[in-house]
Amino acid sequence: MREILSFISENREMIYFVVLSIFVGIEVIGGVPTVLHTPLMSGANAIHGVVIVGAIYVMLHVEMDNYLGLGLGFLAVLLGTLNVVGGFVVTDRMLEMFKKK
Amino acid sequence: MKHNILEICYLIGSVTFIMGLKMMGNAKTARKGNMVGALGMTIAILGTIFLHEGEVSGMIYGLIFGAIALGTIIGWMTAKKVQMTKMPELVSMFNGMGGACAALISLIEFNHYYHSEFPKVVLNAAITGAYHPPYGFLIAVFAGLVIGSISFSGSVIAFLKLNGTMDKPIRLPAYNIVNLVVLIITFGLLAFMVYSGGIILTNDLQPSGIMIYALLALALIYGILFTIPIGGADMPVVISLLNSFTGLAAAFGGFLYDNKVMLTGGILVGSAGTLLTVIMCKAMNRSLGSVIFGAFGGSTAAAGGPDVKGSIKDIQVSDLAVLMNYSKKVVIVPGYGLAVAQAQHVIHELELLLEERGVEVKYAIHPVAGRMPGHMNVLLAESNVSYDKLVEMDDINPEFEQTDVVLIVGANDVVNPAAKTDPSSPIYGMPILEVDRAKNIIVNKRSMSAGYAGIDNLLFYDPKCSMFFGDAKKALTELVAELKTME
Repeated sequence: MREILSFISENREMIYFVVLSIFVGIEVIGGVPTVLHTPLMSGANAIHGVVIVGAIYVMLHVEMDNYLGLGLGFLAVLLGTLNVVGGFVVTDRMLEMFKKK
Repeated sequence: MKHNILEICYLIGSVTFIMGLKMMGNAKTARKGNMVGALGMTIAILGTIFLHEGEVSGMIYGLIFGAIALGTIIGWMTAKKVQMTKMPELVSMFNGMGGACAALISLIEFNHYYHSEFPKVVLNAAITGAYHPPYGFLIAVFAGLVIGSISFSGSVIAFLKLNGTMDKPIRLPAYNIVNLVVLIITFGLLAFMVYSGGIILTNDLQPSGIMIYALLALALIYGILFTIPIGGADMPVVISLLNSFTGLAAAFGGFLYDNKVMLTGGILVGSAGTLLTVIMCKAMNRSLGSVIFGAFGGSTAAAGGPDVKGSIKDIQVSDLAVLMNYSKKVVIVPGYGLAVAQAQHVIHELELLLEERGVEVKYAIHPVAGRMPGHMNVLLAESNVSYDKLVEMDDINPEFEQTDVVLIVGANDVVNPAAKTDPSSPIYGMPILEVDRAKNIIVNKRSMSAGYAGIDNLLFYDPKCSMFFGDAKKALTELVAELKTME
């Protein structure tokens, strides 16, 4: 119990950050017309591709002789890039169609 | 110095994600919003690579750039080439990749920890008898692994379901209980691993990091079990939910590295995705619980469909052409069947032709028409249908009274009156397009088979309803040709 409490007070800023971000996320989506749900889902999909930053970070810290780490890290960066690039491009394609008219 | 600039890059990234999402909520600014998000992402990625402090060998940079180049080419080509009808599958696939990326990060970090931290574990425990593992670190690693893996395997199953490879929901006996048990074991193991430092000693007192692979396997299995019993009609909800899972996994990555841009991006998508999931459920008048635990086609549908059956009329293309030509107002109800038949262009042609003859034409868009909310709008926009001709359900329903002809193309469940009249129907309570108030109802279908929810439609037996059988594209092309010969 004491450990949990001290964990909370040590990470106070982080917890504020998380709670406020949750509200921002809800606020930003509220009142979106149904028409835009699919592009929005796709756009959000691209944004969670930010996990690639973590993958790059891992690669920058992996030891040269850790072949497993290098291999998995490479794969992680590749998959993250697919998520980011594919996500943004396909969202753009969808939204481009709305623009035409 | 470099470090401070990197923090600013991450700040810019976080702000652009919020602004981007906000702008995507409005049709006018949506495309720009997506660009803003992409720009922020680029800044965050480039900053991470070039503002790194410390010695890194050229080979590592080579691998990073190689992976990014390869991913960009494949991702770009796939996204550009895919047909718009295949959109939901693609979103599902990209989502799964994000989840896998998060899971891999956790695996590598754990490996790193296992090799560096373990000697300390044994030493400390031997000397003091009390070693406290780094709880925060372990929670972030294991939670990222579990959530990312569930998102990955779940997305793969969703992908297979949407592209038709796996078309029937698979239900193990007592699947709800089995799923719950697997989930409890997974989180139980997670909790135990956090508590114990994630490492066990084998019989000959050798340290072993094997438990993380058990955790990985359990999470992957749970992702599969979670998705396979859910029917195709509910897939959009599942994808949206898995989307927010991946967001959460990314956020745990942010915890791990105290990286603010991963935290903002991940949490934003996590909370926005959850809200979007709830909105989708509302549009179908189903609760999230009933989607996950009580999939369609269970006991209710098996209890036998509606027993009152009249006769079904069909209508010939020439009669239909005459009927439409002399109508004042026609409302088209497009469904996924229209998209499958690639008939969105010919329906636009029909619309233009009728407008030329002075007929008012509108499209009635049900919130869940297509495979995802708004999917139908995207498909029709692709064939140049004007944005203001697409009318949402609540606005079009009062207009059916004054409508001469309703033309339903490839839609079924969204016009099924059972949703209003038959409490035993699995779709009971779902808001529908009230087409039965129009003067004439024409249904274009390939055959008399049931809709996506797998239930019969009483509308077809309505005296005002006529069936116009045939493949949507072929039938509509014939109708357009017939209309052109008139006058």
